Amino acid sequence: MKIDFQHNQSAHCENGVVSNLLHHNGLELSEPMIFGIGSGAFFIYLPFIKVNFAPAFSFRPVPGFIFSRVSKRLGFKIKRIKFKSKSKAQQVLDRELAQNNPVGLQVGVYNLTYFPDEYRFHFNAHNLVVYGKEEDTYLISDPVMPEVTTLTVKELEKVRFAKGAFAPKGHIYYPTALPKKFKLEKAIVKGIKQTCKHMLAPVPVVGVKGILYVSKKIRTWPNKIGVKKTNHYLGQLVRMQEEIGTGGGGFRFIYAAFLQEASQILALPRLNELSREMTAIGDLWRDFAIDASRLYKNRSKETDAYNKVADKLETIALKEKAFYQELKKAVSTL
Amino acid sequence: MKKNEVPQDESCLSKVNIKEVVYAVDEQGNYDKTLSSGWETKNKVLNESLELIEERLKETKEALLAGTASPIAYYMELHRMDVTILASYVGFWKFKVKRHLRPKVFARLKKRTLKKYAEVFDISVSELKNPKV
Repeated sequence: MKIDFQHNQSAHCENGVVSNLLHHNGLELSEPMIFGIGSGAFFIYLPFIKVNFAPAFSFRPVPGFIFSRVSKRLGFKIKRIKFKSKSKAQQVLDRELAQNNPVGLQVGVYNLTYFPDEYRFHFNAHNLVVYGKEEDTYLISDPVMPEVTTLTVKELEKVRFAKGAFAPKGHIYYPTALPKKFKLEKAIVKGIKQTCKHMLAPVPVVGVKGILYVSKKIRTWPNKIGVKKTNHYLGQLVRMQEEIGTGGGGFRFIYAAFLQEASQILALPRLNELSREMTAIGDLWRDFAIDASRLYKNRSKETDAYNKVADKLETIALKEKAFYQELKKAVSTL
Repeated sequence: MKKNEVPQDESCLSKVNIKEVVYAVDEQGNYDKTLSSGWETKNKVLNESLELIEERLKETKEALLAGTASPIAYYMELHRMDVTILASYVGFWKFKVKRHLRPKVFARLKKRTLKKYAEVFDISVSELKNPKV
């Protein structure tokens, strides 16, 4: 059986799944809109969680948060189920599909057969939509893929029950009780306010402070853990910033696109100016990526090069700080 | 980022005909979805990470042949896992998995334990005991 589902390629998997699922339920919201309302712009450094032998950096909130916030702010519900039993997980999936309900799934990337080998890491926060089943093949709409694809029953079970950090545990989700009317303006303002709060949070590893903290760490890493490890850590940061799903520049360009859209909806030209500023910050992140990736060539212990990269990151942090303070002001009266 | 600045380099994605969505502004400064086939900077970073994995695998392979690492250590690296991930897949404590990486401990493992590992690595128990390297 195949549900009539429109696949739309997006930059980020979670935004894409949400945008596509909502579209299916008659709610038109662009990917940047979902990202902005769900306060997707973020930064966190988790030195104690190791992903692929390097500390975890994230430019977005914990998987699932964006959707939860969007639902709260627009006033619909999300049904979420996690499973211990693999067979139960499949039963529930099949039941929903039989009821003509396409569903979102959280999956691990490592065993996704349609991804190129280079992208197969033990990363468990990927999202996709299942929109049908034909014999023992599930029809998959993975928002980062240009076209729809398929996975066998066994393959899907494997990715739904991937293990490690953020293990999906068969996590299935779909929107319910969608309202006929919703207050988009209010939701946008709430999303912006929360983003400002997070990015300006007085927590050392979060938001602007987190970026500053990492820039300080980059200065000490070469002497402390050696050049090779430092490069690997920097590589992890750049990968998290630029890899599939970020839309470039650690989601900063998606966020700028959101501000531009929001400026029209709220009739607030200031947001369009801030969108341009965010674009410039995104460009700085791209420059940072270029500089960081160049360090691989010189494996010398020359800390000067690392200091320069750290300087760049520090500049970004300070620019973002000023930016979010301005953004906070721009919506404070709304 | 401007639309005409969106990098269109070759990448492991473009090799399998995938382009990814990035957001960029047009001449008038309006945002839109744009497709990118890849970016050299990303390739560099990704390659570094893959090289590291290759290196670790090579080292473990040598250790396996030299008799200082167990086949579990080899297959763990082959599947790009670390002890934490492997432990959560087989359902043992980390310290237990760490012990199983030692050839002496591995040699004494029960068939039931070996079977668990073999399932995770998608191989047979005999293959786990005599890995094809």
